[in-house]
Amino acid sequence: MQELEVYEEDKVIQYIVVNLGIEHYGIDIRYVDNIVRVPQITRVPNVQSYFKGVINLRGEVIPVMSLRLKFDMPEIEYTGKTRIIIIKIDPSAAIGIIVDEVEEVRDLPESMVEKKTPDKNDPGQFYITGVGKTDKGLVSILDLATVIGEKEIG
Amino acid sequence: MDVSQYLGIFLDEAKEHIQVLSDQMLILEQEPDNQDAINEIFRAAHSLKGMAGTMGYKRLQRLTHDMEDCFSAVRSGQMSVTSELMDVLFQALDAIEGYVETIQNTSDEGDNDNDSIVNELNRLLKSGTGENGGQKKAAEKPAEEAKAEAPAKAASAPDSEKAEYRNIELDESQKNTLKDAIVSGKHVYGFTVFIQETCLLKAARAFLVFKAIEESGDVVVSSPSSQDIEDEKFEFRFSLFAICDADIEKVKAAIMSVSEIEDAVGEEYTEDMIDSPSGDAETASESTPEERMLENAPAPVGGNVPAAKEAKGSGGAKKPAVKPVVSRTIRVDIEKLDTLMNLVSELIIAKNTIVSAANSDTQTGGGGRNPLVENVEYLESVTTNLHEAVMKVRMVPIESAVQKFPRMVRDLEKKLDKKMNLTITGEDTELDRTVVDEIGDPLMHLIRNSADHGLENTATRIERGKPETGTIFLNAYQDGNNVVIEVGDDGNGIDVEAVRSKIIERGYASEETANQMSDKDIINVLFDPGFSMAKQVTDISGRGVGLDVVKSNIESLGGDVEVKTKLGEGSTFIVRLPLTLAIIQALMVIVGGEKYAISLDSITTIEDVPVSDIKLVQQKEVIQLRGTVIPIIRLSNVLGVESTKDDSENLVAVIVKKGDTLAGLVVDELMGQQEIVIKSLGKYINNDRIISGATILGDGEVALIIDANALI
Repeated sequence: MQELEVYEEDKVIQYIVVNLGIEHYGIDIRYVDNIVRVPQITRVPNVQSYFKGVINLRGEVIPVMSLRLKFDMPEIEYTGKTRIIIIKIDPSAAIGIIVDEVEEVRDLPESMVEKKTPDKNDPGQFYITGVGKTDKGLVSILDLATVIGEKEIG
Repeated sequence: MDVSQYLGIFLDEAKEHIQVLSDQMLILEQEPDNQDAINEIFRAAHSLKGMAGTMGYKRLQRLTHDMEDCFSAVRSGQMSVTSELMDVLFQALDAIEGYVETIQNTSDEGDNDNDSIVNELNRLLKSGTGENGGQKKAAEKPAEEAKAEAPAKAASAPDSEKAEYRNIELDESQKNTLKDAIVSGKHVYGFTVFIQETCLLKAARAFLVFKAIEESGDVVVSSPSSQDIEDEKFEFRFSLFAICDADIEKVKAAIMSVSEIEDAVGEEYTEDMIDSPSGDAETASESTPEERMLENAPAPVGGNVPAAKEAKGSGGAKKPAVKPVVSRTIRVDIEKLDTLMNLVSELIIAKNTIVSAANSDTQTGGGGRNPLVENVEYLESVTTNLHEAVMKVRMVPIESAVQKFPRMVRDLEKKLDKKMNLTITGEDTELDRTVVDEIGDPLMHLIRNSADHGLENTATRIERGKPETGTIFLNAYQDGNNVVIEVGDDGNGIDVEAVRSKIIERGYASEETANQMSDKDIINVLFDPGFSMAKQVTDISGRGVGLDVVKSNIESLGGDVEVKTKLGEGSTFIVRLPLTLAIIQALMVIVGGEKYAISLDSITTIEDVPVSDIKLVQQKEVIQLRGTVIPIIRLSNVLGVESTKDDSENLVAVIVKKGDTLAGLVVDELMGQQEIVIKSLGKYINNDRIISGATILGDGEVALIIDANALI
């Protein structure tokens, strides 16, 4: 009953919760086109360092970036749990984001997300629009447009 | 009346007419006595007016009507072609184009009355025809009436021949309906309506006829059926039976009041006639077998209405200027072709997969020819042919992109007060539709550039002993898998030293650097954003946006542009464009274990170079090849990978060319030639233009495409 009330006064957004090391990040599910295992990646020379290259996803060539490198975290070997989240903000341009693990799909009412203004001086906070509270801990909500470089930083 | 379904046809045809007007008016200006040109103009203006009227575009109709009046006066010799008249007519044409553009964007003609142009046209018409003004109307009228009557007379002599309504076969229920109507005191009429053969929207006309009849009654049956009439599936005539209250003359007058209706014949039916209509009809149809043949032969089954119209026009009583037979075409939405193209691309990828699978099978299976390999080869040739066929469908002549230039040069001539002449050759050269759509602007920039910067003013030209009239040329031709478009002039050419001093003056480069730059480098600065040579900013060119936009536009189409210039003799901009965009033949190479594709178009030869042949010139590695010194570029360095080859081994150099410049690209291994489908890398990756795209290989792996032009 209580949940229902929350639902009525709050907009609930579904997030894909992914992990990088011990940290949890939430990706708005509306922008997620697909989640795939890591296929063969073709390196592209002379591009931004966090781009790992391009992959073939059912006949489409899609660039993929490492979220770890983007966030200045050390790279780790891909494991059986490593996934690429295919994001489509612009319907005609897809991009893949490599994460350590996909944990779950989670409903988060807006009231449970504490809004944050991206902090230019703190690299760890560039790409975060808010922090969601869940029973399992905190989930940083990614500002996808900034992450994939659609929007310039500050 | 809802005419929105005709909007597309209207726009297409209006544009064609505008183009005809523009072309022929230019001819007329040069040759004021050219009867063909004036006839052609008159025809186009007349059709345009009729169409505008049908569609309810009153302003457009008024303007074209007034233009037509002028042309009519010129045609009948009452008015002579003056430069003043042509100026106003060209203004009027621009205004018409403006209307059509507004209609295209908003489906409404807007509210610009263009009164000044209309007044000007009328003033010229009055003064041009002088006292004959009054007579003109009188003289013109009979001429037009005679024109309208001519075909009518030819056909109307035996009335029964035209009364095709007698041929309509009525079924029992229709007969009963008609009889009931007569019993209840109404009139039953049979009508055959003839639409002028020049009519462009005959279905719309027929619709208006039905509407006119329905004001006083009902149409019971028509031949062809009303659905067919609506779909334009009829010749320029149709027959019907109607039940009306009004008497026959009134109904006939109502029908004739619809414009572009040539004639209507009809009679009142009695009960007896309804029962036996075919008796008369038999003789009627027999008496005109020839005419029926004539009418039925060019039935527009192929969907090519203009062609059919042309054939009929020349066969009929009216004699418009004989035009070459229009090729049979259909209009296809480019999106449908894109879909087809994408499917072919998919097919080629799938084919490549099968090819590589078949090859590995043969390798493991001991090398014997198996049926799979043969069929794969068959599949390969079919897909290649299919690809070519689809590409050809997408090819259109560059004519549509260049046809507006003669008019533009004429305007520039007046604006710049320089005498100039534009010659265009090769306008039938074909390019992919998307390229043709995009190439117009860059070419326009180049022509303006030639007119403004290239050609000297008339006084200087005379002083230099050049012909007074400057020449601007546009030559298009196909060169292998490329289309080359040269735009140039016989003007002053680029003064390299002047550019050099401008570079220094503008602080674009230091004096030292500028003095060291080669002539070619200096000329290339002209293509840089924000650099303009114009001494004063004109509205024609010289705002510093121009050549850089030209260059980036052309490069975005996968082409490139270079300049050849000789001081005092003129300059030529050479634009090179790929014939196709999506699928190319490529050489697959391996560098540092990675696979790359290089477009076969840019490759001249492949050389095996002993290490000892490599020389150093200015710290750069070069080789001598048949007398030419060619710089070599080690792709492993450019691409940031370790070469897998030993330093002492012979080098494999792929010799590529950009224009006249050659370079040798050093690769580790050659894989062979392959047809590849170009895919974009997307907008998120910023690469340094060396990689122009990617492709998917038969095994699903992604290989990058190296743009050799960016390396040279």
